[in-house]
Amino acid sequence: MAKDQLNAQKNYLNEQKGIKSWLFTLDHKRIGIMYLFAIMFFFFIGGVMALFIRLELIRPEEIVVGADTYNQLFTLHGAIMIFLFIVPGIPAIMGNFFLPLMIGAKDVAFPRLNLASWYVYILGSVFAIYSIMNGSVDTGWTFYTPYSSDTGGAVISMTLGIFILGFSSIFTGINFIVTIHKLRAPGMTWFKLPLFAWGTYATAIIQVLATPVLGITLLLLIFERVMGIGIFDPAMGGDPVLYQHFFWFYSHPAVYIMILPAMGIISEVISVFSNKKIFGYKPIAFSSLGIALVSFLVWGHHMFTSGQSELAAMIFSFLTFLVGIPSGIKMFNWMATIYKGSVSFDTPMLYALSFLFLFGIGGFTGIMLGALSVDVHLHDTYFVVAHFHYVMMGGTVMGFLAGLHYWWPKMWGRMYSEYWAKLTVAVIFIGFNMTFFTQFIMGTKGMPRRYHSYVDQFQPLHAFSSVGSFIIGMGFFIMAAYLLHAMFRGKPVGKNPWGALTLEWITSSPPHHHNFERTPLVTDGPYDYDRIMVENDKWIYKDQPVEKPDESQEKVEH
Amino acid sequence: MENHHHITPLKTYLGVAVGLFILTVVTVAVSFLDFGPFNLVVALLIAAIKGSLVALFFMHLLYDNKLFGAIFSISIAFVAIFIILTMFDTMGRDMVVEGKSKPINEKAVIYSKQDSSAAADTTQSNH
Repeated sequence: MAKDQLNAQKNYLNEQKGIKSWLFTLDHKRIGIMYLFAIMFFFFIGGVMALFIRLELIRPEEIVVGADTYNQLFTLHGAIMIFLFIVPGIPAIMGNFFLPLMIGAKDVAFPRLNLASWYVYILGSVFAIYSIMNGSVDTGWTFYTPYSSDTGGAVISMTLGIFILGFSSIFTGINFIVTIHKLRAPGMTWFKLPLFAWGTYATAIIQVLATPVLGITLLLLIFERVMGIGIFDPAMGGDPVLYQHFFWFYSHPAVYIMILPAMGIISEVISVFSNKKIFGYKPIAFSSLGIALVSFLVWGHHMFTSGQSELAAMIFSFLTFLVGIPSGIKMFNWMATIYKGSVSFDTPMLYALSFLFLFGIGGFTGIMLGALSVDVHLHDTYFVVAHFHYVMMGGTVMGFLAGLHYWWPKMWGRMYSEYWAKLTVAVIFIGFNMTFFTQFIMGTKGMPRRYHSYVDQFQPLHAFSSVGSFIIGMGFFIMAAYLLHAMFRGKPVGKNPWGALTLEWITSSPPHHHNFERTPLVTDGPYDYDRIMVENDKWIYKDQPVEKPDESQEKVEH
Repeated sequence: MENHHHITPLKTYLGVAVGLFILTVVTVAVSFLDFGPFNLVVALLIAAIKGSLVALFFMHLLYDNKLFGAIFSISIAFVAIFIILTMFDTMGRDMVVEGKSKPINEKAVIYSKQDSSAAADTTQSNH
């Protein structure tokens, strides 16, 4: 027991002190925490911009910003949320922190590369901030040519920033692939990997394969702007639709970079809080890889109305429907996991259930948009905006929040207030649906996206949507308050507050510098809730006579 | 790690180098012949053989863990996917698929309400 207390005192947070020990750390956990704060900062900025956009749209006439500023606001909201928050979000924060812990490793395969990826991220974000300060961009986050090669404003510094951010993403991807291949604890076979690891693995493949194309695209755009080489600009003999091919060849797989790790988190959370073995482990694992593969074949569905050839449009429309298969496999497996489970509705589970509901809507509307004839009507309307917010915020952000609440006690060794957390789930869920379901309705009625003003008939719906967004904003402020409070003043927790079976829960909370006292030997599957139950940090094997000392305890305490 | 590094004999290297030289000569020679639309195909085929030789022998892909070979081929495959699917667009811009609108069920109630001349037109166009 005394040893336990000693462990509780010594952990990755307090083993070394001072700002230098953070800035030069090679510890994956500390790098994860540094990412957490950097990324949350940009999430805050992007969120505030969203609130300004919604405030402006309460009434058709000008309220807080003019049309030009409005264009910059929605561009920056998109660019910041995509490139600085949601793409790096789950892999860089939770992947960094928990992937090595979950597979029983001491660290990631390349700790220095890992630290470098954080600095590259910061460097890229500095370029983005420079761009915002110096004229900003109003091209939309997609930087479509020919507008982006002609317009004034700081397009070059912004694209250069995103080019640099891409490297951060590639570094993380390489690191995770090698870590999963090489650093699994003895006994951890591929099919004993937690599903979060499978999700991150599929993500890493896309990061490594697709991100270079974004780099190429943005470099070509910079060449065109600076040197006047005609690649995309028709005035110089280029092909503007080619830009869209280049851009979406990265950015569509990037959508799955965003959602796949969230799906991994959902697999963990649903199994743990249903206290039931995950239904269909292998289908879930392989459907992650299936999504990663199909993601490369569907990019043309962003261009149905851009003048792409009809043949290509038909092929892409057909291929787009394929995405529904692996996503559907996941959805049904999660539901089958909950079925007859012993479900406890703690905060992470509430976020996971929100995910199922909202991602379901996001996914179905995606199928609607993937159908050629329907898309011609709905393209560039609020229907599209609502669709991808249901997928990105209703999907990824809900998954992110589920993971954040699931792992927060492990990260800090302290628990947040369950009362405030549950209240916040309700606030965010209601606010989200108010904001974005309204936009589905506006979209089908023909409200175009990216407009500063609108005809009067949309005013009530826009106002309703704006109020919803303020409710979401309120929810996030409450969350920030109770999470920060929990960091310093929360109730200390033991090793395993949720009774989960994956390896991060056999070490102390917060984990000490080297993660485990000795390398864990893996004998059980990550979701063997049919055989094992955890009570007060003790692993009890249901299929063995009492009093047998269980191995998972020995691993840590000896 | 270090114990099974394959050491390629010098002979193989020289052989491959000679092969590359010969193929270069072939490339030049072929450029004087006219295969019509296959000019590009032939040139790319030779280039692909040369590239494979370099990758397999000089870059040791033949002797290394097969995983590296797989990764290399997959990345080539992805480039191919990108180019081919994009070409479905860029090569097919002037190819317009003509849709003909005709009723699925001509006896449906809605058509009986139309004036007789329009109804006659639809039946005409179907024959």
